[in-house]
Amino acid sequence: MRFLLIEDNADLARSVQTRLSLDGHGVDWAASLSQAEDHLATAGYDLILLDIMLPDGDGRDFLSAHRRARRDTPVIVMTARSAVTDRVALLDTGADDYVTKPFDFSELEARVRAVLRRRAGSAQTLQSFADLTFDPLGAKISVGSQSRELRSRELRLLEVLLSAPERIFSKGQLCDRLFSATEAVTDNAIEVYVGRLRRKLEGSRARIETVRGVGYRLTQT
Amino acid sequence: MSHGAQIGGSIRRRLVLQLLVVAAILSGLLYFTVRSVADQAVEATQDSILGSAAIAIAEELRGGDEALVIDIPYAAFSMLGAVGEDRVFYRILADDRTETGYADLPLPQRPLSGLSAIYYSASYDDADLRLAAVERSVLVAGANVRVVVVVGQTRTAKQAIVGRMANRAAALGLGFFAIAAALAVLTARSVLAPLANLAEAVGRRGPQDLRPVTRPVPLELVPFVAALNGFIGRLGVALSRTETFIAEAAHHIRTPLATVRAQAEIALRQAGDDRIRATLRSVIRAVDDSARSAGQLLDHATVVYRSDQRADEDIDLGALVEAVLRSFAPTAELKDIALTADRPEQPVKVWGDRLLIESALRNLVDNAIKYSPPDTEVTVELREAKLRAILRVLDRGRGLAGMDASGLTGRFKRGANVEDVIGSGLGLTIVREVARAQRGTFKISQRKGGGTCAELSIPLR
Repeated sequence: MRFLLIEDNADLARSVQTRLSLDGHGVDWAASLSQAEDHLATAGYDLILLDIMLPDGDGRDFLSAHRRARRDTPVIVMTARSAVTDRVALLDTGADDYVTKPFDFSELEARVRAVLRRRAGSAQTLQSFADLTFDPLGAKISVGSQSRELRSRELRLLEVLLSAPERIFSKGQLCDRLFSATEAVTDNAIEVYVGRLRRKLEGSRARIETVRGVGYRLTQT
Repeated sequence: MSHGAQIGGSIRRRLVLQLLVVAAILSGLLYFTVRSVADQAVEATQDSILGSAAIAIAEELRGGDEALVIDIPYAAFSMLGAVGEDRVFYRILADDRTETGYADLPLPQRPLSGLSAIYYSASYDDADLRLAAVERSVLVAGANVRVVVVVGQTRTAKQAIVGRMANRAAALGLGFFAIAAALAVLTARSVLAPLANLAEAVGRRGPQDLRPVTRPVPLELVPFVAALNGFIGRLGVALSRTETFIAEAAHHIRTPLATVRAQAEIALRQAGDDRIRATLRSVIRAVDDSARSAGQLLDHATVVYRSDQRADEDIDLGALVEAVLRSFAPTAELKDIALTADRPEQPVKVWGDRLLIESALRNLVDNAIKYSPPDTEVTVELREAKLRAILRVLDRGRGLAGMDASGLTGRFKRGANVEDVIGSGLGLTIVREVARAQRGTFKISQRKGGGTCAELSIPLR
C-alpha cells in the first residue's frame, strides 16, 4: 500500500517510514501541509497519515479542505491529544479514524485495513498464489468456487507468508507480525495459528511447510 | 440560585421597603390634610352662622328714652338650629353690664371691631363653645351706649361631621397605602426583571460557552455586563492558553514517545537475540504505560470537570454503543475477539453528558478487550428496565480474582491478577465518577461461566 505521511517531526517520520516499509508498504513523507499538497498533486495514495500540529497550519484545517474538495483518500489522524473531547472533534472534522501517539503499528495497520474496507470494498486488492485467490480487505480466500473466511490473525499470517513465498520466516518474525509488542507470548503461540491457517488452506495447492528448527514457509505443490 | 454567593441584603426588599415608607408618609399627609381642611371648612361654616346670628341680633337693638330695647329675632336662632342639636347661648351687654342672656358667657380676649364679628373658642358649662361677638353703639337716653352681642354654640355637630370626614380621610389614606404597596411590589419586580433575566441567561450556558453577553440590558446594568464580559474574555483567554499549553505539551511529549516506540518496534523486528527482544518489549511496554497513564489522568480530570457542569443532552445509547464498538473493532480484531452489541431495535434515550457516558463505555470496552484472551467474545448489552438504561459489558476474560467493585474503582487501584497487562488504575475510577455524575450506579462482578460483567445503569429520559 502507498501512504502519504504528513508529520513535521523528522525522527518520528523516518521511524514510521522504516517501520511501515518493513511490512511492505511505500511511504512518502511530507513535513508540511504545502509539501503534502505537492505530493497529492503528483501521486495517488491509498491512505493519508496526518499529524495535527504542523509548521504551516493545523492538520484539522487541511482535513476540512480535503473533504470540501471532495478528495476521497481516507485520512487517519495521528493525534497527540488523547482527551475524550478531542476524539469527538476529530471524527466530526472528517477523519476516517485516528490513533493516539505513541501508537502500536499493528493497531495502526488494523485501523488502516478497517478504513479501506469501509471505503473501497475489496475488489482492487486481490492477490493470488497457486490456485488460491486472497482478498485481504474482505478477509477471504477462495479456491475455485469455494470461498472461506479468515480471522484476523490467520489473515495477517497469510499476508506475511504471501509477501515472500518460499522464504522461510522464523517463529519470532511471525510472532512480531501477529502479536502486539506488549502481548506476553512465547514463540510457540504461533503454532496455533499456523494450524488454523493450514486447515483453511486445505483443498488448495498452497500449503505451509514447517522447516524444522527454523520456521515456516509458503509453498505450492 | 445562591451557589457560593454571600447574601448581603436584598435590593428588592430595600426597594419595596423604601417605597412603602414613602407611601406611608404620603398616606399620613393625605389624612391630616383632608382632616384639617374639613375641620376648617366646618368651623368656617359655623362661624359664619354664628356671625350672622350675632349681627342679626345687634341690628335689631334699638335705643330708647330710658333703656335699651332688646328684641331677639327668631330667625337668628333658627339659623343656628339648622346646624344640629347643639345648644345655643347668648349674652348682651350694655356698657359692660349684662342686660340679658348668660351673664358668665366668656367674652373675647381681642378688642371688638364693630359689626364685623370676632370669632373665638372657649370652654363653658363643661362644653366646648364657638362664639361670635359684635359691638355696636346705640343711643339710649341721649347717650351713646356700647352694646356687645355674644352668640355661642356647642360644637357637637361640628365634631361629628369632622369625625365622619376623618374616617373617610383615614379610609382614603389606607386605600392609597394599599395601592401604593401593591405598586411597589410590582415596580420592584419589573425593575429587577432584567437582572433576573440576565442571571438566567448566563446561568443556562454550557461549560464551553464563553461568548460575551450581547442581549440588550438596561442602561444601569451596562457597567455590570461590561465587567462580566471582560471577565469572560479573560477567562476565555486563560482557558485557551491552558488548552494550547496542554496540546503543545502533549505534542512535545507524545511525539518523541511515538518515535521511541516506533524505533523499538523496528529494532524488535530486526533483533534475533531473545534477551534484546525482551528488553525492547519492556521499553515498548514502558512507553505505552506512561502514555496511557497520562491520557487517563487527563480523561479523569475532564470527567471530574464536566461532572460539575451542565452539558446534558438527549442521547440515544444504542447509537452511542454502535459508535464505540465501531471504533474498537480494529483493536478487538487484532486479538480475534468478537466484539458485538446486543441491544433493542428502538432507541434507548437518556438525558446526560454524551462525552461522559462515552468515556465510561470506552473504558469498560477497553478493559474487556485488554483482559480477554484471543478468540473470545466481548458483548455490550443494552437493556431498558424499571426506568433505567442498563449497559453491561461482558467478557470471558480473567475475571476479578476475588476483588470487588469498591476495591477496583479506587484511584490507581488495580486487580491482583493483572500484572502482565498495561493499565493506569484510573479506568474504573472514571466509570464510577461518570455513574455518579449521571445519577446512575456502577457494579462489577464475576460472570457466571468465567469472565467479568461490568454494569452501568443510568436513569432513562
